[in-house]
Amino acid sequence: MDGQRGAEVAAAVLDEAAGSAELYDAAPCGLLSTLPDGTILRVNSTLLGWVGRTRDDLVGRGRFSDLLTVGGRIHYETHIAPLLTMQGSVGGFALELRTADGARLPVLVSAVASRTEGTGSARVRIAVFEARDRRSYETELLQARRDADGERERIQRLATVLQRTLLPPRLPEVPGVVTAAYYHPASVDEVGGDFYDLFRLPGGQWGFFLGDVCGKGATAAALTSLTRYTLRSAAAHDPDPVSVLTNLDAVLAQEHEQGNPKFCTVVYGVLRMAGDQLAVALAAGGHPPPLVLRAEGAVDVVDLEGGQLVGAVPEPRFTRAELRLARGDTLLLYTDGLIEARVDDRGTRHDEDDLLRFTRALAPAAPGAIVAAIAALIEGFGDGLDDDAALLAIGRQAAP
Amino acid sequence: MDVATKYRVTVRGPEDGPVLLLAHGFGCDQHMWRLVEPILSRTCRVVLFDFPGAGGAQAFGWSEERYSRLDGYAEDVAAICRELDLRDVVVVGHSVSAMIGVLAAELEPDRVAGLVLVTPSPRYIDDGDYRGGFSRADIDELLESLDSNYLGWSAAMAPVIMGNPDRPELGRELTNSFCRMDPRIAQVFARATFLSDSRADLPGVAVPALILQCAQDAIAPPEVGAYVHEHIAGSRLVTLDATGHCPQLSAPDQTAAAILSFVGAQR
Repeated sequence: MDGQRGAEVAAAVLDEAAGSAELYDAAPCGLLSTLPDGTILRVNSTLLGWVGRTRDDLVGRGRFSDLLTVGGRIHYETHIAPLLTMQGSVGGFALELRTADGARLPVLVSAVASRTEGTGSARVRIAVFEARDRRSYETELLQARRDADGERERIQRLATVLQRTLLPPRLPEVPGVVTAAYYHPASVDEVGGDFYDLFRLPGGQWGFFLGDVCGKGATAAALTSLTRYTLRSAAAHDPDPVSVLTNLDAVLAQEHEQGNPKFCTVVYGVLRMAGDQLAVALAAGGHPPPLVLRAEGAVDVVDLEGGQLVGAVPEPRFTRAELRLARGDTLLLYTDGLIEARVDDRGTRHDEDDLLRFTRALAPAAPGAIVAAIAALIEGFGDGLDDDAALLAIGRQAAP
Repeated sequence: MDVATKYRVTVRGPEDGPVLLLAHGFGCDQHMWRLVEPILSRTCRVVLFDFPGAGGAQAFGWSEERYSRLDGYAEDVAAICRELDLRDVVVVGHSVSAMIGVLAAELEPDRVAGLVLVTPSPRYIDDGDYRGGFSRADIDELLESLDSNYLGWSAAMAPVIMGNPDRPELGRELTNSFCRMDPRIAQVFARATFLSDSRADLPGVAVPALILQCAQDAIAPPEVGAYVHEHIAGSRLVTLDATGHCPQLSAPDQTAAAILSFVGAQR
């Protein structure tokens, strides 16, 4: 800094220090001092100008809360004033001043309770900032927030309704067979990609499937819908599990060619009674293997290793399995949401082995019992579960 | 969840002392009593609590339906009396909780033995000849005022709402750390409070009642205190030499002395 400029600044510093009264009076914010009961003792010109009052109107007569709108005064008396007493200061309250001509001036108010230097008497010192522009901006924000809340609710309702249309409202009753299903949405805002169904086929057979389409939201909903209808109509045409999946793959691949990569994982099966047992034929594409909880307490993993994603690769391979469910046996199909849930902060996931241990501890179990137990487990994951999860359990009735 | 956790109940003072249940009003939480509680708990068993959502606590079991009417809050007071098995309780209610105390005494006549109504108002809005001091438009303005403090609230409040038991300093760092309330809950409490009309409940008070009012109170002016006194048979009215709506903060000694004298526990 050159000498000339330095001297000018030094003079200005002294000048400004001497003019502290002027700073108080012409400060770019309203300033006032009151007794603890709010009686105004001193007020600066800035504030007087804002409210259109004279010093004589207010000093020794008015209270700070008299300057507020009635609603603001209630807020002040019931919340802000007690707070000030309790913690010695308050900051940033949005209030409105009532001006002499009846207009309202939005302000932000901060206050400290302190003592005078001389007698040590209790005082409240209040700073008032004009906040007209800020308030109108905040009002817009508030409105935007309300609109967003409304939109969100609307989307949640829409998602819930849509989700309901993608799952059977209840499973059909199959003679000699016990069933249970459960669906846990990952989010109330979005339609998930998990699906299942159970439906009658000609010749005393029943088809069923459980799967997971890629993606979430509207695209996933459309794909789920397409997948469900394709599986059902393919099954009516030829219920052989691998044929059904091949058919689905052809449909999804067609979509793929049109530039919308669409794929899913799925287990498809057909049920029929074979003597006293239930014969199940299964095919899977890219899906976690189902479990069978045997009546005597063992848990088998159905070997469907090697099935590829449906709709993702040219001429995919689908794996096939045949099994029998004796009385009291339960077949459990599930989606990967269940085996990918985070169970702690370190990213540990509830994996296939955990699920196997969990079901082994419960077996034997009827469909209703195993689904209820896993549902409780899933609810217990809380935020750890970021994907949706679906369960379908099919069992041969235990007692004749 | 047990009642003590749900309402953040604090109990102080000798076990065999007269039981005082202190109920905070709209706009605050149990901290409201912090200046009178030490005086009262020298001789009395003092029970403090927060209504759901008051003081920034999680609002367990809060629903708009329940808390849109003063009866919902009175049921909370009654539940605390029952669960803590309080007998011969004097319910000390501030502001709107004075009337909540009246309703609670009706719900638990075998437990509530007396009422202290601190700056009560049975109706805030003028009605015919009745002067409550406010108009409907004033109350709408209050709701607006609460709303405009909504923005600042939500961001600053987030860590506390989410609950940080390991880092309590997150709560303390906030500028205005006492008496916080989720604006949605505050709105419902404000509506229930300022649109209530409990005038018809006053003649039904069947226990001894003490009315404490301030000489100057913008929320419950002396005429309103006189109205309450007139309509509760046998009630005592004490006007404190105090200003504002919260004598337990602005005149704690006088307020405590009046309460102790009423319960006969003065030293």
